[in-house]
Amino acid sequence: MLGRSIHPGAALLLAPLLVFLGLAYGIPFLGVVKWSVTLPEPGLGQYGALLTDPLVQSVFVRTFRICALVTVASVAAAYAIAYVWVRGTPGQRLAAEYCILVPFWISVLTRAFGWVALLSNQGLINTWLRATGILSEPLMLVRNEFGVVVGMTHFLIPFAVFPIASAMRSLDERVLLAARGMGAGRTRIFWSIFVPMTMPGVIGSALIVFVFALGFFVTPAILGGGRSVMVAELVYLRIFQSPDWGLGAAISITLVVIVGLLSAALFRYLKPAQMAG
Amino acid sequence: MQHAGRAAEIRAVGIGKSFGSFQALKDLSLDIGRGEFLTLLGPSGSGKTTFLMILAGFEAPSEGRLFSDGVDITDQPAERRSSGMVFQGYALFPHMSVEANIAFPLKVRRKPEQEIRRRVAEMVERVGLKGHEHKLPSKLSGGQQQRVALARALAFEPGVLLLDEPFSALDKSLRGQMQAEMKRLHEETGTTFVFVTHDQSEALALSSRVAIFNHGELLQVGTPQEVYERPGNRFVAEFLGEINMLPLRDVRPAGDGVRGLCEDREIALRNAGGGARTDALLAIRPEHMSIAREPGPQENGIAATATSSTYLGSATRLELTTRGGAKVTVSVPTETARQALGEDGGVWLTWPQDRGFLLPASG
Repeated sequence: MLGRSIHPGAALLLAPLLVFLGLAYGIPFLGVVKWSVTLPEPGLGQYGALLTDPLVQSVFVRTFRICALVTVASVAAAYAIAYVWVRGTPGQRLAAEYCILVPFWISVLTRAFGWVALLSNQGLINTWLRATGILSEPLMLVRNEFGVVVGMTHFLIPFAVFPIASAMRSLDERVLLAARGMGAGRTRIFWSIFVPMTMPGVIGSALIVFVFALGFFVTPAILGGGRSVMVAELVYLRIFQSPDWGLGAAISITLVVIVGLLSAALFRYLKPAQMAG
Repeated sequence: MQHAGRAAEIRAVGIGKSFGSFQALKDLSLDIGRGEFLTLLGPSGSGKTTFLMILAGFEAPSEGRLFSDGVDITDQPAERRSSGMVFQGYALFPHMSVEANIAFPLKVRRKPEQEIRRRVAEMVERVGLKGHEHKLPSKLSGGQQQRVALARALAFEPGVLLLDEPFSALDKSLRGQMQAEMKRLHEETGTTFVFVTHDQSEALALSSRVAIFNHGELLQVGTPQEVYERPGNRFVAEFLGEINMLPLRDVRPAGDGVRGLCEDREIALRNAGGGARTDALLAIRPEHMSIAREPGPQENGIAATATSSTYLGSATRLELTTRGGAKVTVSVPTETARQALGEDGGVWLTWPQDRGFLLPASG
């Protein structure tokens, strides 16, 4: 598809989007690039600060840690949901479909506050745990990394489902039959045939989730309660509260570069896989 | 290596299969002999693949029982039957090397590592894939993938090997080669082969017996020669190759055969089969008919006119219309066609008395 040249008419259809992207993102982005190398004084000083500032570094480390946890949790859950969605009975498929689609209709804010209502010290879970006498002190479930991971995982699972489900759908049923015919049981077929054959979907899904998670702002801001700040929130704090525009800009450019590299890896990975499929 | 002792003997009794209101198989009974090469032949949707899936255990029959070496295996799931199977499109494990594919059924059986290695090497050698052991299936040609599928299916020495249209993805020249190879593998392993195809020439070339299916029914089982030269009904006759049909009246027994009237000519037929009835169809393969200026004394003959001729080099294919209006095709040596055809295309259509067979006049 990429080898084909774009039809002039198609270019015309694409033009409004390109103009909009250029005006609304491209030019402001260049402005941010400029800030990062001019504020407070010209030079690469802010990028140098990135490498030395322990606070910035701890935020980056935390962000990667949270993203890794969220990726593992989302992909694992998505694998199970995709399995039921693709291979379940008609009733199970419908249930899975609702589990995937309903979250899309609820705003990210509503979902974050929903988790607060569930997880906070006066939330449903802690109230119930104390009412039944299982705990005397509330369990810290929110305003920390745990809450952030839960909220982000919940948000990202549906996105993780699609690449996995598509890998499961394109799998040749006869290959599984062949394994059965050779005497393999369900467990062996699942682990030595089904999982390896759907691995491209899992890797694609993990990359999507990870890239998406890197820039999360609302969910960590609400469920982290200012205690587990991620990179996007740090940018916000540097721009609107410190104010240290130069450092904020340098952090956001660094984030954009990381996301860009991972996205490139994603496309490079997906392309040959799709061609083979 | 002879495994003839391991070859399974299969008996299907009254097998039926319905999918909702659709009857895919009706009351099928069939014995498959030890070490036999049986082909299930029929057009698509005839029930041949359904029967293969029932033999493999991937489908459960709605009625009837299935026995392997006298043991009822009707309710045994596929993974416990351990029949080897080669699928249409091969169904190789794409993430495993050639070696790992062939080793898979042996690993499932928890064979010792050393035996697995020995057996895999032996199978690789046998199907001529030496040097390709570490390649992934996607790096192999269609014919090579086919060989991997055969090696994998035969690696654990199954009692029966089931093959579902294994050659459908191969081009013509490769098909011939793979057919020869399969015949050799059958002889070497001695295993019972059950082979599904819709290609009648493949069926005739490979099998020790052919079972012909149509509309979910088993119509006839016999050696390739039997089903080709003595088909039990019109469908079998026509499905196995081109055939000419001539109406025959006033059929009566005579000596070791029958006599009858074909377009007012007296016709004799030896070993006609099918029993005598007043009216019947006389069926003759194009290659069993010839043309002449006059029919010989021990030959049958009726008058016809050639309507078109196609030069095929050594042979010429002729389309003729008999005086009674029946359309007939014959294939004769080009020299015969030159000598026999008159200026006006008028000619005698001739055939020996021991060729041709009777079919019911209707259907």
